[in-house]
Amino acid sequence: MSAVDVDGVWKFYGDYPALRDVKLQAEKGACLALIGRNGAGKTTLLRVVAGFSRAGRGQVRIFGKEPRETDTRRQMGFIGHGISVYDELSALENLMLYGRLYGLPDPKKAAMDWLERTGLAHVRNGLVREFSRGMRQRLAVARAFLHEPSVLLLDEPFTALDDKAIAVLQRLLREALVAGKTIVMSTHQLREALELATHVALLNRGQVAFHGQRTPEMVSDPGYIYARYGEAN
Amino acid sequence: MTAFFRQALVITFKDLRAEIRTKEAVNASFAFALVILVIFSFAFDPSEDTTRDMSGGLLWIVFAFAGTLLLNRSFARELPNDTLDALIAAPISGAALFFGKAVANYFLLLAVELVSLPVFGIFYNVHWTSQFWELMLVLALGTWGLTLIGTFCSALTVNIRLREVMLPMLTYPALVPVLMASMVLTMSLVAGKPIGEETIPWLKILVGFDIVFTAASLTLVEIVLVG
Repeated sequence: MSAVDVDGVWKFYGDYPALRDVKLQAEKGACLALIGRNGAGKTTLLRVVAGFSRAGRGQVRIFGKEPRETDTRRQMGFIGHGISVYDELSALENLMLYGRLYGLPDPKKAAMDWLERTGLAHVRNGLVREFSRGMRQRLAVARAFLHEPSVLLLDEPFTALDDKAIAVLQRLLREALVAGKTIVMSTHQLREALELATHVALLNRGQVAFHGQRTPEMVSDPGYIYARYGEAN
Repeated sequence: MTAFFRQALVITFKDLRAEIRTKEAVNASFAFALVILVIFSFAFDPSEDTTRDMSGGLLWIVFAFAGTLLLNRSFARELPNDTLDALIAAPISGAALFFGKAVANYFLLLAVELVSLPVFGIFYNVHWTSQFWELMLVLALGTWGLTLIGTFCSALTVNIRLREVMLPMLTYPALVPVLMASMVLTMSLVAGKPIGEETIPWLKILVGFDIVFTAASLTLVEIVLVG
């Protein structure tokens, strides 16, 4: 059973098909990099996989279950375009809030642990609105990892991150892969993504133009995949 | 069931804590209620009996307008940092999320109303305390109806560009039964008449509205949030 199985998914915005018969799988322990130009459908696909919006046709399965099932949601971690933390709450309050929503046995301990791991323990009681951009992004990463998800869905995770946040995220993603977790990430930062990826899917106008294992050529020349399977083909 | 209320309570405390720290919506709502009460008091002579007769109606119009300001922020406050996505991704039902938000809004709106009541009493020369506990019952029931519809419409319009325009357009027509019942009951109570044979059907309408719309909102909100 695949960790993430996207089977013949169509998604329409009005009459416009943003996703057309998308078929993808990510096995347990794999890291799938979703790449493609702006408007190719990467974010839409991730939102459908995460269960934020329903597919018009086709189905998505996470370990064989619907994404909206409560147990499935407990297994998923999502980083989207926003930081998904509250400016009016402190770092600790934010993480404890999500810890409680995910039903963690000791939300405070988990929150403190992740604040430590992301280098934010010293500002745990500071309000997020007083944080620098980099600190906010590290808190967003801590929020996504807090409940130890088995599947991580990351939408442009490296975009607008500062150096420290990129280093923290890359370290955590490597640890997650070693621990057998599955990662699906959309990205324009090909170099960072392809270093981590075990598999690559190229989306072009809502369709899968390529889906397969990452090859050494892709890492040495990030433009290779576009040249070989991109719009010209 | 326990998990539902536990999760709803987490959302309620989160919303109340965020609002108490910023006071954005409560301040705007209370200031608006105060201004409208004062303006209406200039428009109608408070010494006339007709003004006192219709003051209960005016009061609920003020609560409905001020409430919309407050309720509009309910789901909109989740937009700037995309926290709505994180809440939808969390293993809680849309119903628990909605109920938690509705309860937080209920307490905030009740606070605005309770502070507005003495102002109303002074400017309209009304002895609003004469049937105090019955008035509190009407206030509690009417505010729950107002909060439910407002919070539901806030969820419905959260991703619409013109949500500030759409929210009142959707909310006010749906509020007609609860506003009518609350107005009739309040007019009678501030005139010193307790709830009796004449007004009990309006109380039943208010209770029925709250029950039906609580059930309907909790059932439909998942579709509204996820589609």
